[in-house]
Amino acid sequence: MKKLVVSPAPHLHGKESTRSLMRDVIIALAPSLLVSIYFFGFSAIKLAFVGAITCVLVEYAIQKYIIKSKVSVNDYSAALTGLLLALNLPPNSPWWIVFIGSVVAIGVAKMSFGGLGQNLFNPALVGRVFLLVSFPVIMTDWTIPNSWFREGIDASTGATALSIVREGLAKGLTMDEIFAANNFSYAEMLFSKIGGSVGEVSALALLFGLAYLLIRKVIRPHIPLSIFASIVVFSGGLWLINPAHYPDPLFTLLTGGILIGAIFMATDYVTSPMSTRGMVIYGVGIGLLTVLIRNFGAYPEGISFAILIMNATVPLLNSYFKPKKFGKEVNNG
Amino acid sequence: MSRTFSIGGIHPHDHKISAGAAIEDFPLMETAYISVSQHLGAPAEPVVAKGDRVKTGQLIAKANGFISANIHSSVSGVVTSIDSLPDLAGNLIPHIVIKVEGDEWIESIDRSEEIVRDIKATPKEILGKIAEAGIVGLGGAAFPTHIKLSPPPNKKADALLINGAECEPYLTSDYRIMLESPEQILIGTKIMMSALGVNRAFVGIEENKPAAIKAMKKIASKHYKDIKVVSLKKRYPQGGEKQLIDAILGRQVPSMGLPIDVGVVVQNVGTALAVYEAVQKNKPLFEGIVTVTGKCMTEQRNFKLRVGTSFDTVMFAIGGFPKDAVKLISGGPMMGKAVSRLEAASVKSTSALLLLTDEETRRGEEGNCIRCAKCVDACPMGLEPYLLNRLARAGRTEDLESNMVHDCIECGCCIYSCPSNIPLLDTIRLSKAQVLKIIRSRPKK
Amino acid sequence: MTTTILFTIVSLTVLGSVLALILYFVAQKFKVEEDPRIDLTEAALPGANCGGCGYAGCRAFAEACVKADELDSLFCPVGGNDVMKSVSAVLGKEVKEVAPKVAVVRCNGNCDVRQKTNHYDGYSSCAVMASLYAGDTACSFGCLGQGDCVVVCNFDAIKMDPRTGLPEVDQDKCTACGACVKACPKFIIELRNKGPKNRRIFVSCVNKDKGGVARKACAVACIGCSKCQKVCPYDAITMSNNLAYIDYNKCKLCRKCVTECPTRAIWEVNFPVRVPKKEESSVNE
Repeated sequence: MKKLVVSPAPHLHGKESTRSLMRDVIIALAPSLLVSIYFFGFSAIKLAFVGAITCVLVEYAIQKYIIKSKVSVNDYSAALTGLLLALNLPPNSPWWIVFIGSVVAIGVAKMSFGGLGQNLFNPALVGRVFLLVSFPVIMTDWTIPNSWFREGIDASTGATALSIVREGLAKGLTMDEIFAANNFSYAEMLFSKIGGSVGEVSALALLFGLAYLLIRKVIRPHIPLSIFASIVVFSGGLWLINPAHYPDPLFTLLTGGILIGAIFMATDYVTSPMSTRGMVIYGVGIGLLTVLIRNFGAYPEGISFAILIMNATVPLLNSYFKPKKFGKEVNNG
Repeated sequence: MSRTFSIGGIHPHDHKISAGAAIEDFPLMETAYISVSQHLGAPAEPVVAKGDRVKTGQLIAKANGFISANIHSSVSGVVTSIDSLPDLAGNLIPHIVIKVEGDEWIESIDRSEEIVRDIKATPKEILGKIAEAGIVGLGGAAFPTHIKLSPPPNKKADALLINGAECEPYLTSDYRIMLESPEQILIGTKIMMSALGVNRAFVGIEENKPAAIKAMKKIASKHYKDIKVVSLKKRYPQGGEKQLIDAILGRQVPSMGLPIDVGVVVQNVGTALAVYEAVQKNKPLFEGIVTVTGKCMTEQRNFKLRVGTSFDTVMFAIGGFPKDAVKLISGGPMMGKAVSRLEAASVKSTSALLLLTDEETRRGEEGNCIRCAKCVDACPMGLEPYLLNRLARAGRTEDLESNMVHDCIECGCCIYSCPSNIPLLDTIRLSKAQVLKIIRSRPKK
Repeated sequence: MTTTILFTIVSLTVLGSVLALILYFVAQKFKVEEDPRIDLTEAALPGANCGGCGYAGCRAFAEACVKADELDSLFCPVGGNDVMKSVSAVLGKEVKEVAPKVAVVRCNGNCDVRQKTNHYDGYSSCAVMASLYAGDTACSFGCLGQGDCVVVCNFDAIKMDPRTGLPEVDQDKCTACGACVKACPKFIIELRNKGPKNRRIFVSCVNKDKGGVARKACAVACIGCSKCQKVCPYDAITMSNNLAYIDYNKCKLCRKCVTECPTRAIWEVNFPVRVPKKEESSVNE
């Protein structure tokens, strides 16, 4: 007699799995990765490869030998962390920088909290910030990309647009003077040719990634849109007060890690809020902090710190901003 | 413009592969196993004994208590025993076992094909006839209909909603009756409107059933103008009564409340048809339309099945239990019950027998919660399943109550959307029962 | 420079002193007066906070002991008689010796004797499975094997045996706190006397179906034949709903019922192995 399978309802399951979601994010990152390989050549491949492999190996080693639990590296989340970390680094970084960053990202920021789903802070950002604070010289050594696929020998070392602006302001120049002196153009920022980390270089490629994630329903638009909106509002406000001293909103949006941060780092499931109201507040907080750190803080780039600070507020946001319940009015707390 | 409910919901593939299967009579079985517990409330008390001869439609068990229903024989023959037999979950329930001989119906039933449009009965008579005929809600819950149509004196209904959504994938029994007997359903609706004392009714049908919408609208717009046919978006759980009321009338039933609290009574289209047959044709409820379907079946069927047909008889009729099937579900794939005993028999509320393959139904391995909030987005009651699951596993009943676990409608949207295959609803269902027990045991203020 | 240092020292000292004073006054104002015996009693308790005594933790039990007139209804299963003697010494109240108990799993339906009739594919919890249906074997009363009892044990005393699919109690670690008894949705686990030399006899079945049905489902089920009841010289066995039950206070461990039971549903624990009668029977029982 055939043995029937018995289980509680429901008896069907949707097509999404952790693996398919992570895979979709990696696909969304593909355009940026390809653009950066085009501009930085072998360096980009090296960083991405070392990052992804190290993260996977560290997670495997910790799960198998240290905590002796089930190995779950095939859900692609570790590989994704490695890729994101690599895309946040300067293209000329040596392989051991991304190696150390990966070890910190997975070992400290993810596994020591309990593995996937348990970490409070975004692992890739923790890795990046650790490197920034520990190896400041290497982490601020940028190459301006050239147009052919080759090893960075022909590229010249330089600063990113943000640091150029910073220095210029410190010297007392106005924004217009800085722009003129460096031939900044928005078109170039959109399509690249501006110095930056491996993942910052092409805004367009990142925006394609955003479109893909939204169409595939991997993320909801609340976080990226609220970050963009609040950055435009806050940096726009400053710019209107003193256009000579503060960069305009478009420049702010297109430079630095804001696009990659808003699209890929702030939308990380584990470290972002669970309700849409919480997401909007989270996004606004990130935008505000980024603008503050960029303009009044010690670092030219603020989004990594802004996201990490807002990560810490997420449990509070989850407790206080619950989704709207059926049959009741909005209930806070 | 199709309407829909406001919170949550998922979009599973509707798999209406049996939509083209016209309703056919199931060949009469050899033995009928009629359970005395086919409804919510106290089991019925048998009024026949071993050796009695019974006719089709004859009363064989009487309603026992306020919330209970009559049960009638679905066959004619001899009562061979009244035994404790397993139901589909393996629990032993008293069954009246009848050896089938011929198919002699009681004389009072009007078996003609003619549609009886004139409603002669008064509201009180209607309720009496519905109670006598043992009509229970055919949407799955099997609540005695005459009680639902008699709200307490302090609660008044102003609208009747007829649920033709059939949002569960694979099921097409409601679709077929709307296509084949639309006027009878509308007459049944009018009868219930008279019993309730309301002057307007709405029939909600999902837009993936355009032929049914057309068939119902055609007759309603000409002859039953106070019944409005409403098109609903294809979305699960559109057929949940709270979601239906939200979609059609924009009213949300409050927590721990019933539809009557917002002035509405909801009934399934199958129930409306059964009410027509009971009041206009004196036919008690002893058979219903059951969709027998599944990808592993060569032919999809919609049977008119008599109550008390054992599942293995049905399997035999379709050519044996399909080789690829691993699970037999009584009901739909989202809220139906998996059968553990093939010898169990059909009851009044059996609406479908679904066969699923291993690939379709096997649960994946549980992983960590990645806090993606897909369960939160999917929950039609605005709950947070990931949180309720964690609280349930930690046994924190107070927090579960403050997070409204008792509002869960057990639709299954959370498990369906969880990418980590976490069995959210399994633990939530258990803690919902525990919390409801605690709430109900508190002294009323 | 010195003014800066001076200013810093002074301001921090003042701040620190002011805050310390505030803390002192608040601590005095909101101090809770407690009977000092509660602390002494609590010190004598094991500190496991398992709830086996029926109170919310060791401190609550200590409070109950201090408040009570006599300690007869209060017992700490984890600490046992030794701890209760210490509590009695601290409080100067009398305490009676109680026979130590142990958790007993009353089901022997392993995979060999009780076939699976369907395959369960849901969350691994006995509570979930029990609320869903009658189980994956033909016996609707037997152990479901998902391990709710294992999860809830604070003392690591109960584990699932992978060969049999049934839980096994480690009698040395078990403190008879009762957590597993509450966790089992089928009421299979019972706290019974540990017995002299840790020997105990019990009916290892809770099946209330008629004999034929029970036997068909499981080869070692209790079929309610009453042979054990008839042979027991101490009137320790009662029959109810086709199931035999041995009263552990009346049982004198003579083992007559064990040999009499036709399905071997009655179990003896920690007795020496019997030698078959046809051999030279110089071995004592």
